[in-house]
Amino acid sequence: MSDAEQPTDDGVPGDDEFEPIQVFPEAEEMDLRPGADNCYKCSTCDTNCPVAEVDDEFPGPKFQGPEQWRLKRQDDQDIDDSVMKCSNCMRCDSACPSDVPLSQMHNTARGEYVEEQMNKFSREYVRNRILANYRRLAPLGSMFPRTTNFVMGLSATQWLGEKLLGITGEREFPEFATETFREWWTKRGGANVDNPDKRIAYFHGCYSNYNTPEVAKALVRVYEHFGYEIMVPDQHCSGTPMFANGMLEDARRSAETNVRELAAALEDGADIVASCSSCSMSLRQEYPELFDFEGTEAVAENTWDAVEYLRVHEDLEGELEGTSVDEFDDFAYHAPCHARNQGLDGQTTEVLAPIDGVAAHDVGDSCSGISGTYGWKAENYETSMKIGEEMFDHMEESEANTGLTECPTCSMQMEHGTGYEISHTLEVLEAALVGDRTEAAAQ
Amino acid sequence: MAIEDDVLVVGGGLAGTTAALAAAERDVQVRLVSYRQSTLRNASGLIDILGYTPAGDGPLVDPFEALDDLPTGHPYERVGSEAVREALAFFDGIVGDAYAGAHTDANALVPTHGGTVKPTARYPTSTAAGLASDDRDALLVGFETLPDFEAPLAASHLEAAGAPFTARGVTVRFPGIVRDDAKVTRYAHLLDHDETVETPAGETTAREALAETVRTHLEGEARVGFPAVLGDDRADAVRADLGDRLGVDVFEVPMGPPSLPGIRLEDLLYEALEAAGVRVTTGVPVVDYETDGEGTNATDPERIDRVVVDRNGAEVPHRATQYVLATGGLVGKGVQSERDGVFEPLFDCHVPQPADRYDWFVDDVFGDQPYARFGLPVDRDLRPLDAGDDPEFSNLRAAGAVLGGYDFAAEKSGSGVSLATGYVAGRRAAEGCR
Repeated sequence: MSDAEQPTDDGVPGDDEFEPIQVFPEAEEMDLRPGADNCYKCSTCDTNCPVAEVDDEFPGPKFQGPEQWRLKRQDDQDIDDSVMKCSNCMRCDSACPSDVPLSQMHNTARGEYVEEQMNKFSREYVRNRILANYRRLAPLGSMFPRTTNFVMGLSATQWLGEKLLGITGEREFPEFATETFREWWTKRGGANVDNPDKRIAYFHGCYSNYNTPEVAKALVRVYEHFGYEIMVPDQHCSGTPMFANGMLEDARRSAETNVRELAAALEDGADIVASCSSCSMSLRQEYPELFDFEGTEAVAENTWDAVEYLRVHEDLEGELEGTSVDEFDDFAYHAPCHARNQGLDGQTTEVLAPIDGVAAHDVGDSCSGISGTYGWKAENYETSMKIGEEMFDHMEESEANTGLTECPTCSMQMEHGTGYEISHTLEVLEAALVGDRTEAAAQ
Repeated sequence: MAIEDDVLVVGGGLAGTTAALAAAERDVQVRLVSYRQSTLRNASGLIDILGYTPAGDGPLVDPFEALDDLPTGHPYERVGSEAVREALAFFDGIVGDAYAGAHTDANALVPTHGGTVKPTARYPTSTAAGLASDDRDALLVGFETLPDFEAPLAASHLEAAGAPFTARGVTVRFPGIVRDDAKVTRYAHLLDHDETVETPAGETTAREALAETVRTHLEGEARVGFPAVLGDDRADAVRADLGDRLGVDVFEVPMGPPSLPGIRLEDLLYEALEAAGVRVTTGVPVVDYETDGEGTNATDPERIDRVVVDRNGAEVPHRATQYVLATGGLVGKGVQSERDGVFEPLFDCHVPQPADRYDWFVDDVFGDQPYARFGLPVDRDLRPLDAGDDPEFSNLRAAGAVLGGYDFAAEKSGSGVSLATGYVAGRRAAEGCR
C-alpha cells in the first residue's frame, strides 16, 4: 500500500494542535520521499546524462530516480531493467537545481533490481560480480604479476573474456605492477616522518596499490615533503564498482571495514586523504547516503582529496612558485565526473599554473564514457566510446601530447581513445617539489 | 589556508557569469563558485530587456524609452539606463555572431513554442529567420515524440495573434528516434554527428532523413521552423545543412525547459570564463561566511572576510576582497520561503515581505502577485540593504534574480536585469579591490 494512503493523522476534532505538515509517519528506513517530492521536472538532469545523449533506449536520470521511486509505491511494479544502463557517473547529482539525491536513488534502485530481479546464475550477474570485486582478484594477479600480465594480454584470453563473460575484447587489461604499493611501503619500513601534529591516513584504493603504485608513492613523497606522518590503514575496495553494479551487500562489507579502520585513524589524530577521485567520492558521499555504521559521518566529513587537503592546510601554491619540472611537458587534462561533483573541476589547472615547464589544458566538461566497470562490458563498449568521442577530439585538438587525470578508469579510457600516456596530478607535484623519481627513490 | 582570490562570485547563471567576466576585464583574479547547475538550462536563451511596463503596458517597441520611468527600487532604476546599454554591448562582445538584434534599440518579436510572440532585445541567430515581423510564409514542423511543441496549434496561435504571414504546422516522425521520451540532447546529438539512421527507404544520415521527411510537406513556404533541438555544439552547421537540402531558411522555435538555446548560451559563457582566466568551481555550495568583526554601526558596515564552501562534508574556506551574490530567485533558490517567512539563505540578507503569508499572493493567478517581487533591496552600488536601509556588508553586492522590486515574468526583463546588474556588480567589485 502506498504510504500516501495511510496517513497517521493523530488530530482529533477540536484539537487545535493539528499540524498539517506532519501527516506522514517518521521514516524508519532510508526515506527517499523528500527527494522525490523536490523534483519539479525541469529535466536539467536529463540534459546532463551522457548515456541518454547517445542512446535513446535509456530513459534518463529523472525516470531512474524520482519517477521510478513513485512507480515503486505500487506493489505490482518491478524496477525497470534500464537501471543497469546507468553508468553511475553521478553528473545528475550536481545538475539538479532542487537537491534531489539522484545517484542515491539510482544506487538504491539498482541494488533492489540486482537483489530481487536478476538471475544469480546468469552470465551478466557473474560477470558483474567479478568486475565489482576486482579487489578480491587483484591480489592473485599481483602474486605473479608478469605471468598474469602475459596471460591477460593474450588475444585468446580476451576472446574468452568476451565470449564467456561479456567483458569487451576491445580493451587491454591494465597491467599489474611488479611490486604493489603496500609491499613497497612495508619494505620501506612505513613512514619516514613522525609527527603527532600533522597526520594523514592514506586511502590508496585498489588501483594505485596493484596497478599504479607510482601514484601512491608520489603522494607519500609529497606529503612527507610537507612534514606529514603518513598512516596506511588496512582497507578494502571503496565500493564504487559495487554500487555501479548494484552489489550493495558487497559494498556494505567493504564499507564496514573501511569505516572501522579509518575511524580508528581519526581517533589517532589523522585526517583521511585519497588520491582517486571515485574513492574520495564514495567515502564522502555514498557512504553516508547508503550506510550508517558508527563513524560513517565522521569518516565522510574528514575525508579529502589529496591535493585539496594540501591546498587548504599548506601554502601549496606558494611552495610551487618558482619550481620547474623537466620530465613532463604540457598536459591535456580531463576532470573526472566524480571530481567535478566534489568541486575539484578547476583544481589541477590552478595548482599546476605556478610550476615552470608544464601547463594543464582542460579538455572540457564531457564525460570520458568509461565510468569504472561500465565501459568494460561488451554491451556498453560502443556507448562508452561514443560518449568518449568528445573528450578524444578535444584531447587531440589540444597542443599537449600526454594526458592527465585523477581517475584510474578515466585514464584507461583516455589512453584507449588517443594512445597518449596518462599521468596523475600527484606525480607532477612530486616532480616539482621533490625532484625526479630516481632522486626521490634514493631518498 | 583559505583559497584566495580578489573577487568571488557566488552563482553560475547569467548574472554570475556576467559579473565574473566584467570583473575579470579589470585585471583582478576572479573565482566563480556555483552549486547546482543554473536555471539557464530552463531558459529560452532569449535576452529580453523589457517587454512590458510594470503596469502591464506593451509589448514595448523600444525598451530603452521605458527605462527611465521605472519605479524607485527597480533594478534598472538602481543601475541607470546607461549601464543597461553598456551591459548589453558587453554581452554582444561575448557572444559575437551567436546572437542577433544589436542593429536596433527596438524589440524583436520572436515566436515561442506556444505560438505567442515574445518581445526581446537579443535572440539566438538560430531563431533569426523566424521573427514574427518577417512577412514570409512559414511552415512549422513538430515531432510526434516531442509533445512540448504542437506545430499546428502553434501555427494557428501565431495567425490568431495577427502575424503578417501564413503559418502552417505539420507533425512528423523524427528519423532515428524510437523512444517516445527521448531527451532533447539525443535529438541534438543525432544531428550534430549526422548519425546513420534507419528509414523505410533504407539507411541514410540523420540530416538527410529529416530533410526528406519535411520536403514532402513543403508548399512553397520560404522558411521552416523546428523546435529548438537542431544540434548543440554544431547547431549552425546543422541548420545550414537542413536549409541547403530544403532550399529554405531554417529557424528554431525556443522551447520550454530543458532548453538547448539555454544550454548553448551557458556553454558560450563558460568558454568566455575560461578564456578570461576566471577560476570556476562547480557542484559545491557556499554554506557559511565569517566577517572580520570590524564595523558595527550603520555608517561602517561589516566586511565579509571569508566564505565557507562545503565540499561533500569538508569545509573549505575561500577568501576574497569583494563578493558578488548571484544565486538566483525563488526558482534558483537564492531566495527561499518557509511557512513563516521568506529569506536569503546564505548571508541572511533582509527580504521585505508582508508579515501575514496570506498577503504574499493575490487570488487572481495572473494578477499582480506580490511574491513575484520578493528579493533583496539594494543601494545604487547594488549592496543589499538591511531593514533600516543601510548596507548589510561593505563588500557584498547582489545581482540577478536574487534582487527584489521587479516581476521578470510579467515584464519580460529577466535576462536584461541579470546582465545589467551582473555587469555593474562585477565592475564595482573589481574597482573595490584597488
